[in-house]
Amino acid sequence: MGPGPAKRTAPEAGEASGGAPAPDGPGAPDGPEGPGPAAAPPGPPAGADPVQDAEPGFEEAPEPPRPRTNTAVALVVTAFGAVGCLGSWSLGPGTPAEPAAGTWPLVVCAVITVLGCVLLGTARRTADTEAFSAASWKILAGIGTMAGFIALIGTIGFEIPSALLAFVWLRFLGGESWRLSAVASVLIVAAFYAVFVGLLSVPIPHLF
Amino acid sequence: MDSLAPMINGFGVVLEPTNLLYCLIGVVIGMLVGVLPGLGPAATIAILLPLTFGIEPVTAIIMLAGIFYGAQYGGTITSVLLRLPGEASSVVTVFDGHVMARQGRAGTALGIAAIGSFVGGTVSIVALSVVAPLVAGFALSFGPPEYTVLALLGILLVATVGNGGRVKALVAAGLGLLLATVGRDTFTGAERFTFDSLALADGLDFVPIAMGLFGIGEILHNLEQRHRAVSGAVKVTNTWPSRSDLRQSSGAIARGSVLGFVLGILPGGGATLASMASYALEKRRSRTPERFGRGAVEGVAAPETANNAAATSSFIPLLTLGIPANATMAVIFGALLIQGVPPGPQLVSQEPELFWGVINSMYIGNILLLIMSIPLVGLFVRILRIRPAILAPITVLITLVGVYTVRNSVFDIVLVVVFGALGYLMKKFGFEPGPLVLAFVLGSLLESSLRRSLLLFDGDALGFATRPISGTLLLLLLVVVLLPVARMLWSRRTAPADREKTRTGA
Repeated sequence: MGPGPAKRTAPEAGEASGGAPAPDGPGAPDGPEGPGPAAAPPGPPAGADPVQDAEPGFEEAPEPPRPRTNTAVALVVTAFGAVGCLGSWSLGPGTPAEPAAGTWPLVVCAVITVLGCVLLGTARRTADTEAFSAASWKILAGIGTMAGFIALIGTIGFEIPSALLAFVWLRFLGGESWRLSAVASVLIVAAFYAVFVGLLSVPIPHLF
Repeated sequence: MDSLAPMINGFGVVLEPTNLLYCLIGVVIGMLVGVLPGLGPAATIAILLPLTFGIEPVTAIIMLAGIFYGAQYGGTITSVLLRLPGEASSVVTVFDGHVMARQGRAGTALGIAAIGSFVGGTVSIVALSVVAPLVAGFALSFGPPEYTVLALLGILLVATVGNGGRVKALVAAGLGLLLATVGRDTFTGAERFTFDSLALADGLDFVPIAMGLFGIGEILHNLEQRHRAVSGAVKVTNTWPSRSDLRQSSGAIARGSVLGFVLGILPGGGATLASMASYALEKRRSRTPERFGRGAVEGVAAPETANNAAATSSFIPLLTLGIPANATMAVIFGALLIQGVPPGPQLVSQEPELFWGVINSMYIGNILLLIMSIPLVGLFVRILRIRPAILAPITVLITLVGVYTVRNSVFDIVLVVVFGALGYLMKKFGFEPGPLVLAFVLGSLLESSLRRSLLLFDGDALGFATRPISGTLLLLLLVVVLLPVARMLWSRRTAPADREKTRTGA
């Protein structure tokens, strides 16, 4: 996790500032590595810190350019395009007069590859990536709960996985109290059961 | 005009109790979504897609449309009262709206916004009723070459006018086009990019992609950010604006309606751009521009009128050409496909009930919103007290269980989570998911039109330029591609030190 500044944005709101010019100073060194789950201590409970998010997104500070992250992103895009080109070629590139299955994917992948090269060229100047923050462990945990949900739903139905998911999200990702988390997760599952199994009689795997 | 009879029949469709009920449900959900920061209308509509399977196509689209324009009303409330724009299209309303609220004129700001939204929406619906059948009639003669260029133009415009970096938006669009090719090729029957997986042989479904990218992606992205706990809202009194306020803002409302309508039709335009453009226009026109940002009533009226007008008129390209103008329209496009109603120029003549039913439902929806938005302000503000930490797991579960119900497939849940993670990473690295979803929706149309055109032209790409309509569109396409490049080169020459290429200056 890089020492980049804590990033707070309201999504999609950044345009209102008219695009503040990014400082051309040295970018904060920031590796492209993913959020390390072990390195981050759990953040303080959400909502307990009103100062953190006091400003709405349209007054956000400009992000410093992160050349290393940008380069890595550009390389991934270029590599993806190149691999896609190979895959499309193997489908049969065809000719303009007689397009084959691979013609269109080949065109698209070629464009992606070129765009990746353009990104590579502008990697030092762009400043539209967000740093992974101390709270990024939550994302991995969140995806983990969903993976668990998928793994369990086929065998033991949706009730227990749903309750577990809701509890983890409330207690650990949301910072709610133990009691509220326990009660709310049971209530949520009960409501889901009533709606999906009772009212809509959806054939979702369920225990009871 | 012989189209008057189906239009009047459309009112009959709207006034059916079920449709009225779903219209009400739609606009209430829309307002809620507008009030709550975080989930936008595209995400909400995507998450609710599974619920629309069991109901009639007209009813489903009436509800989804209600969510879309309802959100434009709701976003205003939090912008004015709490300085928290619930939607991107209400960001500019904050400038003057919140100052007005602090001056004790919150009621006036909300009142003028509701009136402006109503006028803008209604003007836009009337214009839509006139323009849409004409465009559709014109588009009936379109062949594969026209559709190729039109789809390309739509994708390019959305990618270049939207938020974030242009190049990255194009990469996202390319990824969407590529994802659309997964599965069996309709021309040759060859399996493409299926990696020998049976689940992928039929191609990727639109619903898990939209739900994952917009729904789960946004929830994950919000997890990292802490939303401010909402405390004591401003008291709202005297919501009916005074006569002088109305007189002062009538010009802004009129101009906002027109500007919003025009910008909404353009692909990539939509509500956000319209609200910003009309605010800028009013400020430039005003004899006292220094009042803007200090509680000018026009500064609320103009953007709120324009965003509603634009939200309405952005239905035109979808309902007449089958080309969605923005990400939300792409999701509604998906909803129409799921219902077995392919959007396109034949919609007006073949599905007049759906076409006019949906359009006319917007009158009712706007009236409902006008009635609800003022007295229910207090209620909506109270809803903001529900902590996002409690809403997040509920939304996640609705998404996971909802996507399963579409095809009773666990694989679809896997897809939702995979695309949710992708959506999160895309946001993190500056890629907008909107162009991806739009390009995915248009991907198969684009590919098949292109291949048919190439067969038609015997491989001669110049054929696109020789047909009048596709030639004109191609010219437009070139302008869209070359203009930013030219501007980039120009700014590099004039100001080499101070540059920020990747942000669109639109």
